[in-house]
Amino acid sequence: TKEEKQRLRKEKKHKKGKKEDKGPTEKGTDKEKKAVSSSALQQSPSSTVDKPSKSKAELKAERRARQDAERASKQGKKEPGSQASSSKSKAPASELQPVVKRLPEHIQVDDPAMVKKLAKKLERQLLQSLFIFLQIPLRSDYGFKVSLFSHLHQYSRKAPLTQQISIPATVIHPSIVRLGLQYSQGIVAGSNARSVALLHAFKQVIQDYSTPPNEELSRDLVNKLKPYISFLNQCRPLSASMGNAIKYIKKEISNIPSQCKEEEAKKKLLSCIDNYVNEKITLAAKAISECAIKKICDGDVILVYGCSSLVNHILCDAFEKQRKFRVIVVDSRPRLEGREALRRLVKRGIRCTYVLISALSYILPEVSKVFLGAHALLANGYVMSRVGTSQIALVAKAYNVPVLVCCETYKFCERVQTDSFVSNELDDPDDLIVTRRGKTQLEAWLSIQSLRLLNLVYDVTPPDFVDLVITELGMIPCTSVPVVLRVKSVDQ
Amino acid sequence: IDNLLVEYFRRQMSQDPDMASAVAAIRSLLEFLKRDQSETLQGLRENLTHAIERLEETDSSVAVSSGGELFLRFISLTSLEHSDLSQCKNVMVERGELFLKKISLSRGKVAKLCHTFIKDGAKILTHSSSRVVLKVLENAAADKKRFTVYVTESQPDSAGQQMADKLRRLNIPVIVVLDAAVGYIMEKVDLVIVGAEGVVESGGIFNKIGTYQMAVCSKAHNKPFYVVAESFKFVRLYPLNQEDVPHRFKYKADTLKTAEDLNHEHPMIDYTPPSLITLLFTDLGVLTPSAVSDELIKLYL
Repeated sequence: TKEEKQRLRKEKKHKKGKKEDKGPTEKGTDKEKKAVSSSALQQSPSSTVDKPSKSKAELKAERRARQDAERASKQGKKEPGSQASSSKSKAPASELQPVVKRLPEHIQVDDPAMVKKLAKKLERQLLQSLFIFLQIPLRSDYGFKVSLFSHLHQYSRKAPLTQQISIPATVIHPSIVRLGLQYSQGIVAGSNARSVALLHAFKQVIQDYSTPPNEELSRDLVNKLKPYISFLNQCRPLSASMGNAIKYIKKEISNIPSQCKEEEAKKKLLSCIDNYVNEKITLAAKAISECAIKKICDGDVILVYGCSSLVNHILCDAFEKQRKFRVIVVDSRPRLEGREALRRLVKRGIRCTYVLISALSYILPEVSKVFLGAHALLANGYVMSRVGTSQIALVAKAYNVPVLVCCETYKFCERVQTDSFVSNELDDPDDLIVTRRGKTQLEAWLSIQSLRLLNLVYDVTPPDFVDLVITELGMIPCTSVPVVLRVKSVDQ
Repeated sequence: IDNLLVEYFRRQMSQDPDMASAVAAIRSLLEFLKRDQSETLQGLRENLTHAIERLEETDSSVAVSSGGELFLRFISLTSLEHSDLSQCKNVMVERGELFLKKISLSRGKVAKLCHTFIKDGAKILTHSSSRVVLKVLENAAADKKRFTVYVTESQPDSAGQQMADKLRRLNIPVIVVLDAAVGYIMEKVDLVIVGAEGVVESGGIFNKIGTYQMAVCSKAHNKPFYVVAESFKFVRLYPLNQEDVPHRFKYKADTLKTAEDLNHEHPMIDYTPPSLITLLFTDLGVLTPSAVSDELIKLYL
């Protein structure tokens, strides 16, 4: 029976010993959500049934009544009065949680129980928002994984998530679907580009949003965004900058006063997003470039790695301000992003040299400075960036060449990591296959049992290798990142 | 009025040789502020900035520039709401006096913090002549500790000899060594204490040429390298290496004006990176090099 099932689930939770500070209240809504979902599943397993609106209202009323009952019973317990479900449900697979007593789901792929849990959670989120019974399909892993990284997902680009979603019945906004596809196929890449694209898509979502009756915009919109974020996470794991942007948006939405009219609220949110993009990305880039130009002298030989939008911007600005320098672009397979950087710099007229990363120790004696971009700056001063960056910093240190990292403050993240294994991203292993002179050696790698292909995306550089971090707040040493985080949180 | 200012500054320096150059500069700036005739707040600020530049030209030391900037920030810290300019000026003068009093006491605070790190029977190495280090050693001697001091000669101005004389007057056993003998003497010493002309954002320091060598040697021998500096010497620069130090600090003002090729001139200052420094003793407390940035953010932002 339903009650028995719920009791069993409770016991399982206690056994696992996973304590959560919102435990009892979460369990309360869990129960009723699971009740609704189990009853729904019994009724229609297929994904294209539309419930008539009348029963929707009924279910809603039922759920409300149950919620009130739970709330009343919980008054006696130590938990404070339960908030709206938006504050209880966590952002999916977010590694930015301050109370980290659990590992985030996206790095527990090797535990089948966690995978099942994730599937259930995705389902639950959909139900919570709209009551149309559709599942965001779980993207399946592809190929054998190296055992050290078996806790991470590894997807194939040939199987995008969007193929499994039937368009008419989808609850995902089309601009989000498009964005997810762009992420998973690598059309939109680079942390700034991804964050800006995300915010634009969210603007579209907010514009097309209309508050359903009996719901408040501030709570409902946040709930609406959750499945979108799950979907995007399935397409490609969220970056730290995207995580911070999402946190900001959610905060702005939940701060909208309830008496605010819908049109006003929407306008306000759109202008908030525009401000965020302007302040944290565009103007920050200008400020950083002003600071960085002081460090570029005439006669400098500057080394850059890969394609960082910020570093390219700095170099172009310095060139316009008549500084005489030349650039060495270091590139690496399989992404070969350096070619894009090379194109942009040569178009401006900057003298460039192009090498692959294997030639690094050969050209370093010529270099006077190294400029690197960052994907995120962690709270213990470590720099998370494209794989290969820590290698460059290490060799530069050995040759006593100063290493400068340029990073906007919105990429600063509360996470602490000391190695590149714990939390990373595995790209499509098929990218490593290359055809030279008509022969493709690794074509049949899946059939060889003992062979694994590893295509890492990020790595982590310790602060001893980095001499200077340039942010829009000024030049700081790598160890001062927690100070900036503290100052920012005080500001907010 | 510029010449008057420079005269006043020079007089201050000659009157009290024990006073830090930055303190003298701030006294002169305060005097300048009192005598200033401008009609607007903006004009006053401009005049002050101009005055600081003039002082920097006279005495090209990092401390004067950092002290001047801090003075300017301190007196205009909170918004001056009085509509009457003279009232504003009075407030600024008051704050200036307060600032001056605070920094005159800073050397004593530093010495109080540092002398406990000198143990009985210690052998200390120091570089050139620093009044803060002298105060530290004075305090330690007054605390009835027995220690020996090795001082480098510190050419080209033989400032080390003056330091040795001052120490002998305090009855502290002192030995003068050649600048080139730092590597030789390092295994005998227990700790190294130097002063600083400026402390930069990265936590590194500017000091008399030869300090960087000493720091590298002490790191190789695993001896602690302590720096004593007052907080008004914190400056908003971030040099990456020796090349990156601005010329106006490395060379004296007159050298900059007359020299044809700076490559042939000897710099007076070198930069010691934070990785070689163990601890910094300041009137804000005992700091690690990474904490300097924290303090600077608090002071300047």
